[in-house]
Amino acid sequence: MPSRPARCCVRMCGDSDATIDETCAPPDRSSLTLVQSGSYTILIVQGAYGPTGMSQPQTIIDKLWSSHEIVRRHDGESLLWVDRHYVHEGSFHAFAKLDQRGAKVAEPGLTFGVADHYVPTRGSRYDIANSEIARMVRQVESNTKKHDIRLFGLDDPRQGIVHVVGPEQGLSLPGLLIVCGDSHTSTHGALGAYAFGIGASEVAHVLMTQTIWQKKPQRMRITVTGKTAPGISAKDIVLSIISQIGADGATGCAVEFAGSAIRALSMEGRLTLCNMSIEAGARCGLIAPDAAAFAYVKGRPYAPAGAEFDRAVEVWSKLASDENAEFDREVSLDGGQIAPIVTWGISPQDALPIDASAPDPAREPNTERAKYLRDALDYMGIAPGKRLTDIAVDRVFIGSCTNARIEDLRAAAAVLAGRTSKVPGLVSAGSSLVKRQAEQEGLDRIFRDAGLEWGESGCSMCVGINGDLVAPGERCASTTNRNFRGRQGPGARTHLMSPAMVAAAAVAGHLADVRKLLGSRTV
Amino acid sequence: MEKFTTLTGPACPINQSNVNTDQILPARYLKWTRGMGLGKVLFHDLRFRAAEDENPDFPLNKPAWRDAKILVAARNFGCGSSREAAVYALCDYGIRCVIAPSFGDIFAGNAVQNGLLTAAVTDDEAAEIIVLLTQMPTLHVRVDLEHQDIVCGDRTYRFTVDPVRRARLLNGWDDIDLTESYRAQIAAFRVKDREERAWATPAAGG
Ligand code: SF4
Repeated sequence: MPSRPARCCVRMCGDSDATIDETCAPPDRSSLTLVQSGSYTILIVQGAYGPTGMSQPQTIIDKLWSSHEIVRRHDGESLLWVDRHYVHEGSFHAFAKLDQRGAKVAEPGLTFGVADHYVPTRGSRYDIANSEIARMVRQVESNTKKHDIRLFGLDDPRQGIVHVVGPEQGLSLPGLLIVCGDSHTSTHGALGAYAFGIGASEVAHVLMTQTIWQKKPQRMRITVTGKTAPGISAKDIVLSIISQIGADGATGCAVEFAGSAIRALSMEGRLTLCNMSIEAGARCGLIAPDAAAFAYVKGRPYAPAGAEFDRAVEVWSKLASDENAEFDREVSLDGGQIAPIVTWGISPQDALPIDASAPDPAREPNTERAKYLRDALDYMGIAPGKRLTDIAVDRVFIGSCTNARIEDLRAAAAVLAGRTSKVPGLVSAGSSLVKRQAEQEGLDRIFRDAGLEWGESGCSMCVGINGDLVAPGERCASTTNRNFRGRQGPGARTHLMSPAMVAAAAVAGHLADVRKLLGSRTV
Repeated sequence: MEKFTTLTGPACPINQSNVNTDQILPARYLKWTRGMGLGKVLFHDLRFRAAEDENPDFPLNKPAWRDAKILVAARNFGCGSSREAAVYALCDYGIRCVIAPSFGDIFAGNAVQNGLLTAAVTDDEAAEIIVLLTQMPTLHVRVDLEHQDIVCGDRTYRFTVDPVRRARLLNGWDDIDLTESYRAQIAAFRVKDREERAWATPAAGG
């Protein structure tokens, strides 16, 4: 039962007449009694609203926190129970720590492995040419096998990027606490889970104990009001947010995304949004689970089924933040004002609407900021003040845990259908199942006919460690999440944008406003 | 874990905000095991222009700062990827403290696990220390975790660090040993939780 305070539940009308304010009355009117006392009318609230239930209204973060708290130390750190732990090739440091201690994995049944960061997207997947890369893939196979952990490996039709596979398999659910040795674990918060990335020492700790020490994060709510315009995606929303609050705008915070523009997003869009909350420094991103989330989860392989699912929905329905819950920080944006957005610099916060021009350091009064702008523009090879739509691209990449779900591929394909790409490019689906579905829908043909390469699923050119690199100095329009120096390869220049905008850049050969290419098409 | 009490040594200014872990340790070195000496490739693409061609402009390549024990940077140091190997690279190079106005969350957590202190000062203080060091590169900086202060020339600055992390660094505590002492509580939670949240266990069918 949601605990809501009796705050402003009584409206005083003269000295005898009181009405219950409908906007904040608890749902169960039978728990309320009005008593007359002198000239005051007193509202007596029972049950969850009564003396024992007069607890503070809670945010979704508070609720998830308390349902996972095993112990709270006097110094303020809590030991939390972990419901799902995902490991990948990069988790080898943690397995080495286990071996050093001769320790076992505490809960192999709650631990799942994937091969994603190093897997090839072209050529043979099994006979990997580069021996170092092959070793990384073999290593996650042997580590998971040794510890009896289920692996979605190269030979598994469910293989894919960990943050796509988790939700897709119904492993990531509302109400869970999910960790993975990867910062984009924030993705899974889209379902209403408390999900965050951890480092190798913590991975080892979770493997050994299925718990993690955490200090309760600050609670922040980012509300996006109104309705976004046609052609505007979750990527545009999140890049707008980051450009406004900065790459450290949410540091130390658990961020709940709320508001009508967020509610209107599909689950794919919500996953994109929460995925990039880490790019504003957030500990995690969260969206209150609703009917869309429950429908998404239902019927997935590892999700609860039948009566168990119904029981779960009952619990999940109560996760949303209580009406008067307080947040430590609040930010609000008008969704109607959001335009298609691209990054021009070397941090996701360096984002501007597509019809803008690159900044000009000469016009920047703050010298530190001017120096930053000069460095960023210099690395990116962009003249100060250049119109963004005049920036020619050398290649495109559609992929990554941010934007390679089926809806993303559909959006890109809708723009590319019947057109050709002026530049080479690679499309790598977020999972092998997404890839298969896209092929069933004929999307692969559209990409191929446009001249793009249709690869296998993996992290691929998002981080380049499987060998899919952007060459030094080359400029890539990319659906990924980080435009850091050298992220897609040493010297590579990355512009982040939505899948539809990447498709538009491919068609135009330069950064372009997808809205001008849409006509009757919808993305 | 090695205890941290005080540290005195050369301090290298990195006058940049949002220094991300991709910069601290480029992704292609993530395959390396700890024993391979990640310090060699710390800040690789900023420190080197080509394979072995040092970039003379990068502060760590200046004679006074080659053996830095401390880094001083602008806000949001260590943002981005969760790679703990970025911390390994700093530690292997010999860095035991980073002073900055703020840090990436996951980075700061990884740092404490490896005995690396993340000392937070204000934006203005970080900028001031960077100026002092640029003017006097050979200045040795003293960081005292017990008293939470930084002595830089004739200036002393207070710094903040999460009290839990401070205690862990001062005592050299290991997380896992600590957690082991709560074994009974964990077991009890597990039993109760399995009953109350049966739906949270992955469906067997999968
Ligand atoms: S796709 Fe990119 S951001 Fe996502 S998990 Fe892989 S490397 Fe990390």
